[in-house]
Amino acid sequence: MRGKRARDKIFDVIVIGAGHAGCEAALAASRMGCKTLLFTINLDKIALMPCNPAVGGIGKGQIVREIDALGGEMGKNADFAAIQLKVLNSKKGPAVQALRAQTDKKLYEDRMKQVLWSQENLLVMQGIVADILVNQGEVSGVRLNDGRIFNAKTVVIATGTFLRGQIVIGEVIRAAGRMGELPSNNLTESLKKVGFEIGRFQSATPPRIDKRTIDTTKMILQPGDAEPLSFSFSTEPRAREQLPCYLTYTNKKTHKVVADNLHLSPIKTGTVSGHGPRNCPSIDRKIINFPEKDSHPVFVEPEGWQTSEMYLQGLTTSLPVHIQEKIIRSTPGLENAVIMRPGYAVMYDFIYPDQLYATLETKLVSGLFTAGQINGTSGYEEAAAQGLIAGINAALKAKEKEPFILDRSQAYIGVLIDDLVTKGVDEPYRMFTSRAEYRLILRSDNADLRLTEYGYKLGLIDRERYLKVKEKQNYIERMVGRLERIMLPPSDRINNLLASVGTAPISEPVSLVELLRRPEIEVKHIEEFDLGLASSPRELKKQLEIEVKYEGYIKRQLSQVKRFKRLESKRIPDDIDYKKLTGLSFQAREALDRVRPRSIGQASRVSGVSPADINALFIHIERLTRESDQIDAEQDAIPTTI
Amino acid sequence: MRVRLGEDDTIAAISTAVGEGGIGIVRLSGRQAITIAEKVIKPKEGAGLKERRSHSIFLANVVDPESGLEIDEVLVTIMRAPNTYTREDVVEINCHGGVVSLKKTLNSVLHAGARAADPGEFTKRAFLNGRIDLAQAEAVIETIRAKTEAGLRAAINQLEGGLSKNIKSVAEKIADVLTQVEAAVDFSDEDIETLPSKALSEMLFQSERELEALLSTSVRGRMIREGIRTAIVGKPNVGKSSLLNALLRRERAIVTPIPGTTRDVIEEVINLGGVPLRLIDTAGIRESEDEIESIGLELTRRAIKEAELILLVVDGSQDQDSEDLSLVGEIAGTSAILVVNKQDLPQSKSIDRFALNRNFKAVVRVSALTGYGIKELEKKIEETFFAGDIEAEDTAIITNARHEQLVEKALDNIREAKRLIDINQPEEIVAVFLQEALDNLGEITGETIGEDVLGRIFSQFCIGK
Repeated sequence: MRGKRARDKIFDVIVIGAGHAGCEAALAASRMGCKTLLFTINLDKIALMPCNPAVGGIGKGQIVREIDALGGEMGKNADFAAIQLKVLNSKKGPAVQALRAQTDKKLYEDRMKQVLWSQENLLVMQGIVADILVNQGEVSGVRLNDGRIFNAKTVVIATGTFLRGQIVIGEVIRAAGRMGELPSNNLTESLKKVGFEIGRFQSATPPRIDKRTIDTTKMILQPGDAEPLSFSFSTEPRAREQLPCYLTYTNKKTHKVVADNLHLSPIKTGTVSGHGPRNCPSIDRKIINFPEKDSHPVFVEPEGWQTSEMYLQGLTTSLPVHIQEKIIRSTPGLENAVIMRPGYAVMYDFIYPDQLYATLETKLVSGLFTAGQINGTSGYEEAAAQGLIAGINAALKAKEKEPFILDRSQAYIGVLIDDLVTKGVDEPYRMFTSRAEYRLILRSDNADLRLTEYGYKLGLIDRERYLKVKEKQNYIERMVGRLERIMLPPSDRINNLLASVGTAPISEPVSLVELLRRPEIEVKHIEEFDLGLASSPRELKKQLEIEVKYEGYIKRQLSQVKRFKRLESKRIPDDIDYKKLTGLSFQAREALDRVRPRSIGQASRVSGVSPADINALFIHIERLTRESDQIDAEQDAIPTTI
Repeated sequence: MRVRLGEDDTIAAISTAVGEGGIGIVRLSGRQAITIAEKVIKPKEGAGLKERRSHSIFLANVVDPESGLEIDEVLVTIMRAPNTYTREDVVEINCHGGVVSLKKTLNSVLHAGARAADPGEFTKRAFLNGRIDLAQAEAVIETIRAKTEAGLRAAINQLEGGLSKNIKSVAEKIADVLTQVEAAVDFSDEDIETLPSKALSEMLFQSERELEALLSTSVRGRMIREGIRTAIVGKPNVGKSSLLNALLRRERAIVTPIPGTTRDVIEEVINLGGVPLRLIDTAGIRESEDEIESIGLELTRRAIKEAELILLVVDGSQDQDSEDLSLVGEIAGTSAILVVNKQDLPQSKSIDRFALNRNFKAVVRVSALTGYGIKELEKKIEETFFAGDIEAEDTAIITNARHEQLVEKALDNIREAKRLIDINQPEEIVAVFLQEALDNLGEITGETIGEDVLGRIFSQFCIGK
């Protein structure tokens, strides 16, 4: 053993798993100057998209933008691999609009590999980690299943669905991390040995069919945007060739096939155990839960430029393959479809995430971090966001620096992690905009304004890009001031324009800002009155419009944020002994002791904690501070001449 | 869940229990206490509040800032930080005009910018500002817990009284609207059908109506605006008018003529030991007694139906007859006090049996002529009132200024959400106001409805890709 130990080599950060979480973690740590080692079970499977061929979407698109603003890779990678780009919720308000990209899975993997291969300070190795090495409550490294030991100051586990992974089709269960891939069985035991509580979730993916065997003329064409945006603030939006998706619907025939074969469904037979995501039920589940509906949508999405595989969004199932085929062939346009890969369910272990701090460091083992699906989430974006934060904090820990935590008012990433560590999970967690209290502020369009500065300070964003964001900030402020000053006297020209969009004419001079505040008026209507405005980039105009139009509501949320911040900034001492706080209910003491919130604000979100408990807790903390102040004061009480 | 900690806003509450003689103190504490008090308190003489010395007492009028009307003559104490109970600026307003003026005064300072205090909040501030020393800290925690728990018990009582139930049903409706709004945002890329905005607007309109109704039945609101609808009934010559006059004579303020709402008659409000009684006109009261027979039972029935409190007057010196008995039948299910009049005359033996009837909440023997027992009658009316025996129809009662303020805020938020829906503003902005309305109502019931909007969405819509 001694001989195998890489004695001289102590890594700052070891990352286990090279999926979306692991890649971001490894890149962030190495970019912050940490000596980083990334393990993957298979070097050919980096940044895989084992489920849908898409990045972003409502709630998730905002996360991708935030990752990008913090210096993460996902946005650029998705821009590169995009085969279709579309703003979702484009008919809704600005706060909930989000970009989604259909992506070429292979291109996505290839580019991420190139980025990893060329990253300074980063080594990537193939290997199965069997054991996390812990010394007196601190992580010291990892041992592979071949016995080799690698030492590190910090370790990030980002193993996705690989912990005791099993995949299910019909009655068949196989041990696998993903279809055709080795699972990681020892690591769960290693984590249990340390004392982690482990749960089990399940998820599923639909079958893929051959593009050449479908009839798209029977489906509804779903094209991308004519002027596609990009995720990354550093990728210039450009006109590009795009591939369409298609929409078809299941029908009574489909539902009869499913209903007739429900006895074979793993959810009925009990072959699949563990909770699955409610937002992503299988077709079996949909037929069971909503028997009155006789049609469900099926989105047919290409998996890449080169491949013939099409993804069937909406037809997730792990029924036996011959039933899968029957289901598919009962659907218009898919009558002759050939399944290239069957749909399947996957079951895997996860760590209850309330065992983590908001840095994603585990409470049990100092220096050990977990990120991604292992924390009970679902989705590439949620995983990448956690990977980034875990990587950043692992690096900061290795450098003995203060941790980096985003709160709920700063980013969807903050909402995501706070939800995980404070409330825990009872199903695979997916982001929705309704999870965020301050979503008028947490928008896609201003993610760079919100977060670039942090990325810059962490060393993940270069100065040039940082200055550009500052400039953008200035531009918007300047522009608002400018539009306030430009007064339009009433004229036929303006009043005709106002009439044409259905709003009242003016009889006195009115500023451009005031016009823009009207719900009916957009920048494009008034830009002819100001050259500076007319020549601004599209996204800036949009942002300006949002800031002006929703100013009142944004201000309202900002004042709520102020109140929120006050509670968040009330720190709870790390060494507080909840068992001694008799003023709290028993239930609250238990819950708080488990979650160990860092602030009064976080404590108030722990379930089982009432406002009365919070009052009592607050008073205890105030008393503690005052007692220590008093001691300080006594020590400081050196006699002085008056 | 809403939590408040060491906030720097100004709080106000009635610091003596309502219902005990109707005399009490409205207390304000906070940085703005004096500024807010100044808006409603007009000193009889001398300087304005800001110029007054700390810990000085002076005579003043409380004036409703909205209507400009005088509410009460009060004694005001101004105490400046730090030598106060809370170590903040404190203003105490001693009201003596009874429950009405006490509550009106509180209402005025709330409208002038104070926030209704949470249970135990003055004590909490006293501690947080270092007024109470460390040794007392544990005791304070207990106090706050106890008060909070007392608040919880009160909440449970109110639940039985129907307030929580009503609030919850409104909150459920709002949560339903929010569910639709959020589903339309978070799942717009799925093929789900959410309700059209017209339907949502209608749902909110209903919630608005329900909360308005709740607000109008709040005891305080009702007392101030209407008084307890009271009918004095009885067959001719039992002394209804003399009873009325006796009641009126005892009271200093009296008789505010206000136009009736449904009929073109004048009703009268008398202020009875702090509890206003709005006397429903039953002809017999206002017209001469020998005309009563022409009016008939129909009018009495109508009065009974409209009243919340009935004073059934009988002549104690006579045996009760079928006419008396039929009136007892009419009042079944109402809050009625039996007033046995003419105690100055020898009493009939049958009265004791008659008084046993379970339709009466209380029995009082009076002599309208001599004034005997009138005080007792007032006391009984008050007791009946505060025991919650007088129910505003079958709806819930808001007993608490804090709750009323929260319902008002919820109403504002609902109205704004509705307005935004009607002019097609984005869902996420509508949601801000719906969420706030839910928070407001959640603060009353102590349980947040609509927290699991996603759960509602998943159970109502077939989501899934």
